[in-house]
Amino acid sequence: MYPSRFRYEAPRSLEEAIELLRLGGGEAKVLAGGQSLVPMLKLRFASPEMVVDINNIAGLDYHRVDPDGTIRIGALCRHADLENSAILHAHQPTMAAAAPVIADPIVRNRGTLVGSLCHADPQGDWASVMIALGGSIIAQGPNGRRSIPVADFVKGPFQNVLAFDELAIEAVVPAPKGVVNGGYLKLERRVGDFATVGVAIALESSSGVIIRAGIGLTGVGGTTINAIEAAKALIGGPLTAESIANAGDLAAQGAQPRTDHRGSATYKRHIVRTFVVRILDGVVESMERAA
Amino acid sequence: MTSLNEEVFPEQASDIPVRTVTITVNGEKRSANVEPRLLLAHLLRQGFKMTGTHTGCDTTNCGACTVLFDGKPIKSCTMLAVQADGHDVMTIEGLASASELHPIQEGFKDEHGLQCGFCTPGMMLTAKALLDVNPNPTEDEIRWALSGNLCRCTGYQNIVKSVLWAAVKLRGQAAN
Ligand SMILES: Cc1cc2nc3c(=O)[nH]c(=O)nc-3n(C[C@H](O)[C@H](O)[C@H](O)COP(=O)(O)OP(=O)(O)OC[C@H]3O[C@@H](n4cnc5c(N)ncnc54)[C@H](O)[C@@H]3O)c2cc1C
Ligand code: FES
Ligand code: FES
Repeated sequence: MYPSRFRYEAPRSLEEAIELLRLGGGEAKVLAGGQSLVPMLKLRFASPEMVVDINNIAGLDYHRVDPDGTIRIGALCRHADLENSAILHAHQPTMAAAAPVIADPIVRNRGTLVGSLCHADPQGDWASVMIALGGSIIAQGPNGRRSIPVADFVKGPFQNVLAFDELAIEAVVPAPKGVVNGGYLKLERRVGDFATVGVAIALESSSGVIIRAGIGLTGVGGTTINAIEAAKALIGGPLTAESIANAGDLAAQGAQPRTDHRGSATYKRHIVRTFVVRILDGVVESMERAA
Repeated sequence: MTSLNEEVFPEQASDIPVRTVTITVNGEKRSANVEPRLLLAHLLRQGFKMTGTHTGCDTTNCGACTVLFDGKPIKSCTMLAVQADGHDVMTIEGLASASELHPIQEGFKDEHGLQCGFCTPGMMLTAKALLDVNPNPTEDEIRWALSGNLCRCTGYQNIVKSVLWAAVKLRGQAAN
């Protein structure tokens, strides 16, 4: 199994990379962690004329939290960096919970969060996490930079809205306005499998009242599902047994699962409800501990 | 310098330029002219004739092709050889010295950590990367670290024991 022939370029700056993409005129592909692109090249699902490897561009492997609480993840920050991140453990429980359940440890040494968002796989875990968090992508092209909300970033399965000469350089999680809580739960058949179901929840609260909520669902639709109704229902009140059960029902209704080798649609809906309740019960516990 | 293109790709190369890569493999600098589409696993096996790196699934799932890339486990069937230019690669051939087994190899021997041996090179290198950063891992930590390496024979139990065995021996060596 070999990829078809392509020209390989390994630029050392963003400007150089963007110029190569421009010259490629839509026939060039960016190579980040390669954990989705290389398998696709080998299967010849992708046969670009040029591969632009961004791994030699210095200064993209960071993730950091700004003084105001904004979290920034550079295009070469690997899943493993996030799995071992003290920053996420201290500031971002939804991301901290998701990082260790992506793929397997060896894939996590290479794969990147930004590459995962660009790949736009409906089974991808980071997309639900970023949708729950209200995150965005910073893209850079020949005419400068723009910010794209992750919710608008994906056009369809494996399609994003980047122009052919744009590079995603960073993912951004906006600064929270309240106390941050949340989690990510994933059901997988074995380590390294994509999600049968994944549920990402991100909450902000003030004196026990939820002031912002986001819920993203992995693997239960043609694209990542933004469970807006379920999230909205949580806002304005404290978490109670009733509000938690209600959010679980609404999220299960918002899911669009299909019966496949990973399970029946009914089963997957059931798991969505169960995971929403489980994550929110966990949040209640951690809020009680903090109080 | 090894020249590989003909061997790995018998067809005449196209107008796409061949690239020269220089990789430090097991401490030794090696160069090769490669087509960009050549995978690292194939450069190691067909090019450098180091067949200790196995290709099992060829679909990024099994970890038999694991090598250490700048010290970290990666799947060499899922990296282009050109990407390794200027980097440090360790294969299973680099684990033992000419006369002595590495403690990880001894552990697999003593604790019966292999049957057919197909997954073993990947298992050992992933174990090495773990023990390099965590010399005293728990059984759970070993299982977690090895969860990207699949074995169809052993049921994993003896692999975990082998790594625990190696950890004890390596700690003993470090103490002396
Ligand atoms: C065995 C296995 C199991 C996996 N399991 C999971 C899983 O459980 N959950 C999950 O979410 N993912 C999983 N993945 C996918 C993995 O997370 C990939 O790392 C991820 O999807 C892509 O990130 P990458 O950096 O490897 O991107 P690449 O493979 O390098 O690129 C992917 C795509 O995005 C484009 N791209 C990448 N970076 C940029 C950029 N900065 N700007 C513009 N375009 C860009 C590329 O051109 C390409 O089209 C798995 C992969 C494997 C091989
Ligand atoms: S051969 Fe590379 S992961 Fe199986
Ligand atoms: S010993 Fe046979 S696959 Fe592991």
